[in-house]
Amino acid sequence: MSDLQAQAPLSVPDSLRNHTLSKAWQRFDSNDVSELNAFLCVARNSLHESSEGPLAGVPVAVKDNIATLELPTTCASKILEGYVSPFEATAVRKLREAGAVVIGKTNMDEFAMGSSTENSAFGPTLNPLDRERVPGGSSGGSAAAVASGVVRIALGSETGGSVRQPAAFCGIVGIKPTYGRVSRYGLVAYASSLDNVGVFGASVAEAAVGLQVISGYDERDSTSANTAVSSMLSSSHASSALPLKGLVIGKPREYFPDHLDQRISALCDRALEHMQNLGATVREVSLPSTPLAVPVYYIIAPAEASSNLSRYDGVRFGRRAVEHGLQQMYEHSRSAGFGREVTRRILLGTYVLSAGYYDAYYRRAQAVRSLITHEFNQVFSSGIDLLFTPTTPTTAFRLGEKTNSYDMYLSDIFTVTANLAGIPAMSQPIGLVDGLPVGGQFLAPKFAEPTMLGAAAALEHSLGSSSGSAI
Amino acid sequence: MSVTPDDVKRMAKLSRLGVEESELPALVNELNGILQHMEELQSANLSGLDGDLDHLATPLRSDDFHADVLHRSVGDFAPSMRNGFFLVPRLTTHDSEGATSVGGSNSE
Repeated sequence: MSDLQAQAPLSVPDSLRNHTLSKAWQRFDSNDVSELNAFLCVARNSLHESSEGPLAGVPVAVKDNIATLELPTTCASKILEGYVSPFEATAVRKLREAGAVVIGKTNMDEFAMGSSTENSAFGPTLNPLDRERVPGGSSGGSAAAVASGVVRIALGSETGGSVRQPAAFCGIVGIKPTYGRVSRYGLVAYASSLDNVGVFGASVAEAAVGLQVISGYDERDSTSANTAVSSMLSSSHASSALPLKGLVIGKPREYFPDHLDQRISALCDRALEHMQNLGATVREVSLPSTPLAVPVYYIIAPAEASSNLSRYDGVRFGRRAVEHGLQQMYEHSRSAGFGREVTRRILLGTYVLSAGYYDAYYRRAQAVRSLITHEFNQVFSSGIDLLFTPTTPTTAFRLGEKTNSYDMYLSDIFTVTANLAGIPAMSQPIGLVDGLPVGGQFLAPKFAEPTMLGAAAALEHSLGSSSGSAI
Repeated sequence: MSVTPDDVKRMAKLSRLGVEESELPALVNELNGILQHMEELQSANLSGLDGDLDHLATPLRSDDFHADVLHRSVGDFAPSMRNGFFLVPRLTTHDSEGATSVGGSNSE
């Protein structure tokens, strides 16, 4: 029995089922899409992997840090240019077994380090909604592939918000699952305790389908959760006038600081009002350690990255600089192969783990990470079912606008907490500011994806065209 | 705590990154610019926690797992191999000893 057969029934929306390969290529070939640089490579001659399966013939895009057998996996880095993986990611295999067709690998920030897709070694991706702006990152290519209509679902990866933030910037849905819900086997490691495979969708229902297909236990991933996969989106409340009756939604005050753009804040409040009208109760809550999340993340993630990226040494695979001695080969392969941001994060990670600094930085950061997780647990144990916040503090910024590293890091201020705590979270469009989409974010207790997606679907239906969705 | 050029050189050595002297000032500035924000963590009140961080450790499994068969051989993507071994430049301290790395397959 395949993984899919063992799971709960899957309800595939017509919008996804009817999005054929020919539609995908027609969209891809239109002049305005090819210029976006959303794809690093495409598989024009993809055949239907299977005429059966709930996603039979449905085109999907895959971020280029997720291993595929036929197309290269470069992580948008020169050090892996042309590298074709000898094994396939579990998430990709599950999509293929469901009948989906991988039509291409999408652009990203190099090794998933970035929030704009400007750190790609192969050029930035443009935001389909405003080509002078970034699509977000690091999964900007996948977000652009969905927002431009080439595909309806795409895979991305999340370490600090790299699915949710680009989803918000591009006006689509993006889901980060519970850590362990989706196998990381075949996801090129950046920060192993924070990495997740995530899903983009043109709508909540379509993203939910993608998530359900790729979810499930995998013995190849020691962090994989051995927890049954239930139906991610139930239709049982769809016809109810009060589909969110009984649901308690928390509004954490630390995600609505005084300096937050009031128009973004107002759109979040409007979304919360919609949910109240659908039967939910809204309560203000507090997550006091939220302001510490970005420093915590930018100690732990680079620390783990400095270890994970040590494998790129020119010995067994990837780019090798021809040098006289071994040490020089290591250093020149890596310095020629890695971009500026990757180099910076490896150096930072090595520093915070080094003797004399380990306790002050890394150990301290892990302790504060525990505090952040503890605060989420306390809130969710107090009768709160879900939290609702802005996804990002701004709309999509302009290409080249963020020249200071830490300014770029702050665009993840509302998203990194979910990765630190290992909880599921998602972004969906909730309106426009100056014509640019704004994302609203749900955060949920571990393995509460069905509750989260149910609320998101109800909100999406209630907002209708006022959500500012790109599709 | 402030990063110095010597710190960056040392970190580059540890992480096998070749960093040019000309790059050092910018890297020092960038790293210090990031690390100054990390000082905020010292203000965190951890009194409510048990202090045990072991729960954050990656779960381990028993060492009886068999890896998937690879769909292509290692030789297809290795930079240089000979007789099933990865070929690398000799350590400069061993210049006159043993075989060279020249002549392996897929060598640049």
